[in-house]
Amino acid sequence: MATGTITGTAARSSVDLGVPQVDRSHERLYWVLADCWNVVRRDLLHYRRLPVLILWRLGFPMVSVLLYGFVFGSAMRVPGGGDYREFLMPGMFASTMAFGFMNTATAVVTDTARGVTDRFRSMPMSSSAVCSGRGLADLTVAVAELAILALTALAIGWRSDGGLVDTVAAFGLLLLLRFSLIWVGVWCGLVVPNEEAAGGLYAVVFPLTMISSVFVAPSLMPAWLAPVAAWNPVSSTVQATRELFGNPGAGGGTWVEQHAVLMAVVWPLVITAVFLPLAVRRFQRLSR
Amino acid sequence: MNDRGGPAVCAEGLRKRYGGTNALDGLDLHIPRGTVHGLLGPNGAGKTTAVRALATLLRFEGGRALVAGLDVARDPHGVRRRIGLAGQYAALDEGLTGRQNLELFGRLFRLGGRRARLRAAELLEHFGLADAGGKGVAEYSGGMRRRLDLAASLILAPDVLFLDEPTTGLDPRARGEVWDTVRTLVSEGTTVLLTTQYLDEADRLATRVTVIDRGRAIADDTPEGLKNRVGGDRIEVVVAEAEDLGRVAGIVARVAGPGAGPETDEEGRRVHAPVSDRVTALTEVARTLRDERIRVEDIGLRRPSLDDVFLRLTGHRAEVA
Ligand SMILES: Nc1ncnc2c1ncn2[C@@H]1O[C@H](COP(=O)(O)OP(=O)(O)OP(=O)(O)O)[C@@H](O)[C@H]1O
Ligand SMILES: [Mg+2]
Repeated sequence: MATGTITGTAARSSVDLGVPQVDRSHERLYWVLADCWNVVRRDLLHYRRLPVLILWRLGFPMVSVLLYGFVFGSAMRVPGGGDYREFLMPGMFASTMAFGFMNTATAVVTDTARGVTDRFRSMPMSSSAVCSGRGLADLTVAVAELAILALTALAIGWRSDGGLVDTVAAFGLLLLLRFSLIWVGVWCGLVVPNEEAAGGLYAVVFPLTMISSVFVAPSLMPAWLAPVAAWNPVSSTVQATRELFGNPGAGGGTWVEQHAVLMAVVWPLVITAVFLPLAVRRFQRLSR
Repeated sequence: MNDRGGPAVCAEGLRKRYGGTNALDGLDLHIPRGTVHGLLGPNGAGKTTAVRALATLLRFEGGRALVAGLDVARDPHGVRRRIGLAGQYAALDEGLTGRQNLELFGRLFRLGGRRARLRAAELLEHFGLADAGGKGVAEYSGGMRRRLDLAASLILAPDVLFLDEPTTGLDPRARGEVWDTVRTLVSEGTTVLLTTQYLDEADRLATRVTVIDRGRAIADDTPEGLKNRVGGDRIEVVVAEAEDLGRVAGIVARVAGPGAGPETDEEGRRVHAPVSDRVTALTEVARTLRDERIRVEDIGLRRPSLDDVFLRLTGHRAEVA
């Protein structure tokens, strides 16, 4: 290795360490967007370097599809009748979006714990890009996840009986849920002290996705649990997408189930309205 | 590079509290351009807090700081354009290669894609990482990470470079490499603020050293000056039998520097004293001990450590935080 040490490089270094020119030929807004894109790009590079990462992320929903769809599927009942696997797929889509929150939280806590966030903050970049870039990257990955999951679903016989507009709207609602959870993830990632502790967040997300209409209709749950499951924001997205896809199990006896599409918009907006400012404030508090 | 005159760093009365602790308790710092300034202190002295405050990462509650002529509190963005920071732990993206890391930071320094690529290549080359540039950082050794981290802090060729314990945990070779880089940078006009727990490191690199304790500067001097205050090198003898301590103290006293008698540490069966002529003192004491047939477990010369500086300046041992 010709340059194994720094010793002896002094003569060259005036060339090596010359001042690079900062590009100042653009407007402020251009740089805010460029910074954001570079943060997104960085995240996408992770997947280019290690494409199996996305398969890891899909491991849980895929295993669930197999377990619930094929192992327990025959024993599962769908209210109003219908194929359980058709019933299950919208649940899988939505729970993948919900679990995506863990990816955000983990990425944020890793950057903060390893000092990358501080490095960003010590640089003359737009500080909003740190969070907005994170969010945009996660949404992009969510689109890829949904695409792969939908193809898998098609392969095992799932179909959307809704029209094109309804089908697109359903995927839109799924991404809206993911969008709102980005801010919960950023906030959690900034609140938990380290990467190990972030793993503990599974204990929160897991019941959140289980106590919902993802696997079983709330009407089949014990009376005390049913309303909890029905009012779970994840359930609203699940029920709304079942409705829009024309899959079995849509609707239900309660108000919240009957207004699933509305609630699938309201819940994410409420979550965003609460957690976006919390996340931003927490980020600003890093300088405390 | 920068036409503003005046010091590279000028901090007055910096204050920062964490709960009940004063992490910074009225810290003053004055660093002329083109010098290496050491910030020396034990664990918990406030070194990292000081660096973070000056590097715009931490809002301080009191005092004023100018870095590269700009007010840290009022114009953090301007300050960020002129500084480089390598924190106490390497701040790198483990999921990317070394090259991708430097390119990412270059792009975020707003160099644009092409120049960020060129800059990354230059820096990898300079830091002897050209061959490892395509490897994931997760596979890097501690020394390689440090070098990459240092490279990342030099992307904009900063006016002022903050290095927080840049050599802690490095082997002697890697440490020497970091020292060489710092010297090169300074010869090109960069000002370096370097925190360290090692007097030795400050001694080799720094023009001046500020010793801090509990968030306050307790001394500001040249490394020579500091060492002279503690009396320079010391001779140290550890005896096998505690009853010989008195005789050994007598022997050591003969070679000890003027006005600084030997100190005896009963528990460690140790006698030590400052000396001026190292080699003569050592041979002298060794010969006398042999002649008098005193059984000795260890004998040697010791450079003053941070502990000694501390003891002398504060009258108390550094507390382990
Ligand atoms: N985020 C924080 N929250 C609470 N206390 C803190 C925080 N950061 C630092 N402190 C306290 O402030 C004091 C100074 O800490 P600092 O990290 O600046 O010391 P240091 O000189 O860098 O030590 P070390 O050599 O261990 O790196 C310590 O008492 C520490 O416990
Ligand atoms: Mg520190």
